[in-house]
Amino acid sequence: MNSEKLWHFGSNLILLLVAIFMLAPLVVVVMVSFSSSPVFNLPAPEWSLRWYSALLHKDGLGAVLWLSVKVALVSTLAALVLGTLCAIAIAHGRFRGRDALLAFLVSPLMMPGLVIGVALLQVLREVGLRDVLGALIIGHIVITLPYITRTVHASLALFDMRLIEAARTLGLSPARAVLQVMVPSLAPAFLTSGLFAFLASMDNYPISIFLTDARNKTLPIEILRYLEESPDPTIAALSAGLILFAIIVLFLAERMVGMRRLAQF
Amino acid sequence: MTNRLRLKPLGIGWLALPGAGYLVLVFALPLLALLASSLFDAEGAFSLAGYGNFLGDSYNAKVVWNTLKIATSVTLICLLIGYPAAFAMARAPVAVQGLMFLALILPLSVGVVVKSFAWTILLRSNGPVNALLLQLGLIDEPLKLLFNERGLIIAAVHVFLPFMVLPIFTVARQIDSRFMDAAATLGGGPLYRFRHVVWPLSLPGVVTGCAFVFSMAVSMYVIPALIVGDRYQTLPALLARAYLFMRDRQAGSTMAVMLLIIAVSIVLLSSWLGRRIEARQQRAQEAA
Repeated sequence: MNSEKLWHFGSNLILLLVAIFMLAPLVVVVMVSFSSSPVFNLPAPEWSLRWYSALLHKDGLGAVLWLSVKVALVSTLAALVLGTLCAIAIAHGRFRGRDALLAFLVSPLMMPGLVIGVALLQVLREVGLRDVLGALIIGHIVITLPYITRTVHASLALFDMRLIEAARTLGLSPARAVLQVMVPSLAPAFLTSGLFAFLASMDNYPISIFLTDARNKTLPIEILRYLEESPDPTIAALSAGLILFAIIVLFLAERMVGMRRLAQF
Repeated sequence: MTNRLRLKPLGIGWLALPGAGYLVLVFALPLLALLASSLFDAEGAFSLAGYGNFLGDSYNAKVVWNTLKIATSVTLICLLIGYPAAFAMARAPVAVQGLMFLALILPLSVGVVVKSFAWTILLRSNGPVNALLLQLGLIDEPLKLLFNERGLIIAAVHVFLPFMVLPIFTVARQIDSRFMDAAATLGGGPLYRFRHVVWPLSLPGVVTGCAFVFSMAVSMYVIPALIVGDRYQTLPALLARAYLFMRDRQAGSTMAVMLLIIAVSIVLLSSWLGRRIEARQQRAQEAA
């Protein structure tokens, strides 16, 4: 009995320490963002919203944020279409090498982002594409596509294709059968993989750094540059905003599919 | 009627063409082109001189060594923390499990730039970590945790730990506690049970977790840039500098290919290990 108690105590202690370790950085950033001190001192001498108002009056931040959101939105939507098609082909096709194809489609997640960025930069230079927005979207689809393909494939593997045939015999056209039967049952997969693909694109640094220029920067690149030049809690306020955004995304995803399925590896 | 309009299984395969074709054009072929450009010199003749020159330089060799060393330490520490945490989580009540999922997935959904920035605040000499250690009486004067390997490892472990815990949790949940009871009735002590029951069964999760963490730690760029700056060069930092500032294509593509080779060998090694473990478990099951 005693050793059982010890085991209980030990495992609870480990979980508590890991939870603190994982969450402390986020808590600290939020605390610093509400502090009146400009030098990251904790505990804060006084609470204030000055860094939030500084954030609102920062020049150029709107353009940076807008570029990041545009790239993330378009690359996620494109990946939703391409990835779903791939997932259907792999889950329900009868050709050889489906496992290999799936591995290939997911492989960009295991490759160094910097290397993907460098390789893409060389090719885009050869082709002569100078448009930053276009280049970023092309590059980001490489990392959003694997998220969609993987998740949609996993939930398609559980979908019974005979339901579509049943809907067809009941008189629905092929397109409507897919739209009314398959799409609703895949909705949670679309939503969660789409949200995570969106977050991955918003956060991407290593591919973007090679495809942006001095005038068109994405959010992570601008934050890193700002931190290297003049770190002040304005960035903490911005970070707190991004943390809030992540919490909202997780809340939505948890509502749709539950935390357990988000954590599936 | 239904037969004619049934979605033909063979026809469905073509749906993968746009996505797969896209990745071939924008991902696979560019990587092959990069590989090619590192193998040919300025006159277009085949040569391995790029690699010879790169590794012959003792500074570069040290950078490669540092990169592998840091990635190895980060992976081992993640395993040391993540393994017991994953098992504790698997045995915890559902409510606790939910909270732990939140504690692991929320940081995962926040960008690496934000997390690294948070660690630059936490690890300063008058920051919260040092304040806590001083208060607990564990240290007499503030530790230097920024701009060195220690801080880099702490921040990297924080960023990559979920990728170790979650795969191990998945296998830990499947290890039936009756196995343990059976082994205990057969007279096995805790250590025996761990070595002969728990560890072999959890290996697939360990391999996946280590492969994830190591491959990400080898190619991390943002974390060292914010935590250590230029003082401690890693392969990704050197690669980025060669392209962005020095405009040295030959050196850049050589480094990129080396990073690529490391990443590909981790993928191949982990899938080979995974297959071997699976085959061994199957043999054990057939024997039983």
